[in-house]
Amino acid sequence: MQASVSPLSTPLPPHFIARSNSNLRLCGLRREAFGFRSVSQFQNRGSRWTSVVSRNSRWGKQLVFSASATVADNGSVPPTSFDYDLVIIGAGVGGHGAALHAVERGLKTAIIEGDVMGGTCVNRGCVPSKALLAVSGRMRELQDEHHMKALGLQIAAAAYDRQAVADHANNLASKIRGNLTNSLKALGVDILTGFGTIVGPQKVKYGKVGLSDNVVTAKDIIIATGSVPFVPKGIEVDGKTVITSDHALKLEFVPDWIAIVGSGYIGLEFSDVYTALGSEVTFIEALDQLMPGFDPEIGKLAQRVLINPRKIDYHTGVFASKITPAKDGKPVIIELIDAKTREPKDTVEVDAALIATGRAPFTKGLGLENINVETQRGFVPVDERMRVIDADGKLVPHLYCIGDANGKLMLAHAASAQGISVVEQLTGKDHVLNHLSIPAACFTHPEISMVGLTEPQAREKAEREGFEISIAKTSFKANTKALAENEGEGLAKLIYRPDNGEILGVHIFGMHAADLIHEASNAIALGTRVQDIKFAVHAHPTLSEVLDELYKLAKVNPHATTKPLSEPVAV
Amino acid sequence: MSHSHLLHTSFIPTAPPSLRRRPRWAAPVPRTHQRIQSKIREIFMPALSSTMTEGKIVSWVKSEGDKLSKGESVVVVESDKADMDVESFYDGYLAAIIVDEGLSAAVGSTIALLAETEEEIELARSKTASPSAPASAPAAGNNDAPKVLDEKPSPVAAATPTPKASVGSAAVGALGSAVHPASEGGMRVVASPYAKKLAKDLGVDLKGVVGSGPNGRVVAKDVEAAALAAAKVSGGGGGAAVASPVAKPSGVELGSVVPFTTMQNAVSRNMVESLAVPTFRVGYTITTDALDALYKKIKSKGVTMTALLAKATALALVKHPVVNSSCRDGKSFTYNSHINIAVAVAIDGGLITPVLQDADKIDIYSLSRKWKELVDKARAKQLQPNEYTTGTFTLSNLGMFGVDRFDAILPPGTGAIMAVGASQPTVVGTKDGRIGMKTQMQVNVTADHRVIYGADLAAFLQTLSKIIEDPKDLTL
Repeated sequence: MQASVSPLSTPLPPHFIARSNSNLRLCGLRREAFGFRSVSQFQNRGSRWTSVVSRNSRWGKQLVFSASATVADNGSVPPTSFDYDLVIIGAGVGGHGAALHAVERGLKTAIIEGDVMGGTCVNRGCVPSKALLAVSGRMRELQDEHHMKALGLQIAAAAYDRQAVADHANNLASKIRGNLTNSLKALGVDILTGFGTIVGPQKVKYGKVGLSDNVVTAKDIIIATGSVPFVPKGIEVDGKTVITSDHALKLEFVPDWIAIVGSGYIGLEFSDVYTALGSEVTFIEALDQLMPGFDPEIGKLAQRVLINPRKIDYHTGVFASKITPAKDGKPVIIELIDAKTREPKDTVEVDAALIATGRAPFTKGLGLENINVETQRGFVPVDERMRVIDADGKLVPHLYCIGDANGKLMLAHAASAQGISVVEQLTGKDHVLNHLSIPAACFTHPEISMVGLTEPQAREKAEREGFEISIAKTSFKANTKALAENEGEGLAKLIYRPDNGEILGVHIFGMHAADLIHEASNAIALGTRVQDIKFAVHAHPTLSEVLDELYKLAKVNPHATTKPLSEPVAV
Repeated sequence: MSHSHLLHTSFIPTAPPSLRRRPRWAAPVPRTHQRIQSKIREIFMPALSSTMTEGKIVSWVKSEGDKLSKGESVVVVESDKADMDVESFYDGYLAAIIVDEGLSAAVGSTIALLAETEEEIELARSKTASPSAPASAPAAGNNDAPKVLDEKPSPVAAATPTPKASVGSAAVGALGSAVHPASEGGMRVVASPYAKKLAKDLGVDLKGVVGSGPNGRVVAKDVEAAALAAAKVSGGGGGAAVASPVAKPSGVELGSVVPFTTMQNAVSRNMVESLAVPTFRVGYTITTDALDALYKKIKSKGVTMTALLAKATALALVKHPVVNSSCRDGKSFTYNSHINIAVAVAIDGGLITPVLQDADKIDIYSLSRKWKELVDKARAKQLQPNEYTTGTFTLSNLGMFGVDRFDAILPPGTGAIMAVGASQPTVVGTKDGRIGMKTQMQVNVTADHRVIYGADLAAFLQTLSKIIEDPKDLTL
């Protein structure tokens, strides 16, 4: 969730585009890190690197040897021999995925991390939020007397211990972080601690704040520095009453009333958590409708299920022009202006405000100026193979950028897939990732998932390219397993070409939608057609029959060729 | 929508292919209204399956005034099986939506009007504006009036006392005005999202509600309090009332027909069901001087009269288990192992019977606390099913209104209910030939004569009167 904004349209929500001239604000911690790092750039690296050896652990020792070879030459001439085949800057999910695949392909690999291992997803995003959502899902179920009664259960009042919930999220993050770190170590990936900066072609320096830097050379470099929560101008984040997802995931308090600015994935998931824990929520959305970026039909149904019956209200078509944290007994004050006319519209007073207006790339201090690369609104420009493009529009050799930092599709698994694609190219296989086959999911209760195009996008494409599209839809009410679970609320929708059976998009809203989408995303990735996949057998009774139903409902021209793109499996 | 998966079970034949592959059901062709000369068509609630009698409008895909093309989805309807899109068979404009989202309508009833041209939209709207000119119901016996879907079977879960009674200004005046410190002198109301939702559901004007939340914010309980206060002002207060099953909602619009809420529907069903039980009544006059004295003594410890009466009744029932029994099947006595005293409470828009479980075993102080908790929960509509469905004997007390005697209807599934009148000073003759003043109340028990006979009730009442006239056992 965290890594995503609106993956199928623009990489950033309209707030961002509308305010592209504003200064990006980063959270306090990161800003400090920047400050120190920019100072350290001016330090004389060569004279002080030895101090790193004494202070660093065993990783430090390895650095001595690798760094010593290159520390003398300081110019921009590419080295001829390299410390590593591949250096990845940033140990988030993208960097991790790339590193694992690189080792598998036999590359000598190092990964540089200046903050905690695991990046946003593991520490401040998808992972801890899933822990909170697991709690909220159960709370919601236990509180739904009608649902419980329908199942024949009687439950006394459900209650929760905030600290224990917060601990669950934190413990999960630690565990996953440990797993991720261990997997890298076990495979022999060197973990270099410090913020990485590109000093020249195939050359990266890294160092801890206040310490000297080390320089390593690499045949190829992948930038995977990710993103940080984006906070629009005029909003003062104090980390207590005005917070970003970074703070919210620590669940330090559950306000009676919280405003959530932005109704994309992040906002929606947090509304699920907060309302389950007893908060009331006010959404503030710049667009005219909630949940932009979702297929409109899915969005409408989701609003009917996830917003309207809950203790949620909303203001749409407005910007939060100014948010002042609570102090001196005064509540958090949010000033709203009309998104179009910019006229003051309303003032909202709440106990807390969560800023979920998307994420901004974390690319400052990367030293891109050293190799003539200019970021665009902070994003590193890349081609379809993730190769970095410089200010003159030329490809920078041996430099790639994956994940949120390039802004193509801000999802953790997209970053990983891009990293794997890059490693494939590095090892001699051309590979272009089909971004339309990357699924996205929002882990509300019930979940929302999607892959490929939305209906309006598909219609636009069909018009442009001159083909017909058809839609198949089925309700979870027609699924035995869903009814057994008493979770009949849901819709699955298939957008396809009736002429050749190509799957253009699949959207699911319903129980376990996030797990169900992969059959469709795999079909798109492998080029499987509806007329072929409809013969694949699904176990009965399972939720996956929802997709089976979609394939069977689809009406493909009987003369369409069955042309699987992949070789059939020998039996 | 296909139900192939529902039909996968081995004993049901597979649905024919024609049933399996139909993604949408076409709406019946909207018939031209005979009385209207211009081309205004009605859109009817379609029959989406053979068993469907009514459908719920899930959502209107189009809004009033939108242009429609033939074959375009207009509305999503939920049947007993699935949500389905209903398509228009004509080009035109969606002139008026008659059944709003979330409401149900009988199959064949008009749910919207379709105008052929933009000019006719107004005309169509004027048709819907006059309530005395209902569109002719095509299916005989089907009511055009949309009704709130009975989604929640439990009477308490139906939290909203629906009739959108706008809280009168008189009530508002009594509540004072809410001036939020930061609300620009009361110009702006600061209310939490749930408070706003509740206010809409309960028909409370937020401007007149005093907020008790942080910084004077209006929160949910303020709205509930305001709604309750308004109901009291116009309804005369909430007492217990079995005999008047539906408390009159405040500010009703005279001349209107207001459909029952789910709770009122449940009451209505129970009342009709009770006619199948052969009941009879036995009355008794009980002197309450001693009970009143006891009450005065322990009132300060939080003991309520309701708890005292429930306790006394429970103790009497211990000695007369047959009065605590019921007849479930018409062939046998069901002797209940617990003595659970249900007490009728009027709440906004209905009636509920919170249950004091094991009232014979629990001490009077705990029982009083329990009672308070139950009443609070009932008002907040938070009673759990086991807190209002497990009664074995029911008490209904209208004494606080000065009612001296009345007759209660026996709730189905129980054996007896006791109607308690007001306790009042009465001149009585005593056995030694004197005339004295005593405080007395009349009780009247309605019982199921299949299991409880006259002598049973008489003996029970005698025991009860002894307990009440010498109430020392109540505090044990």
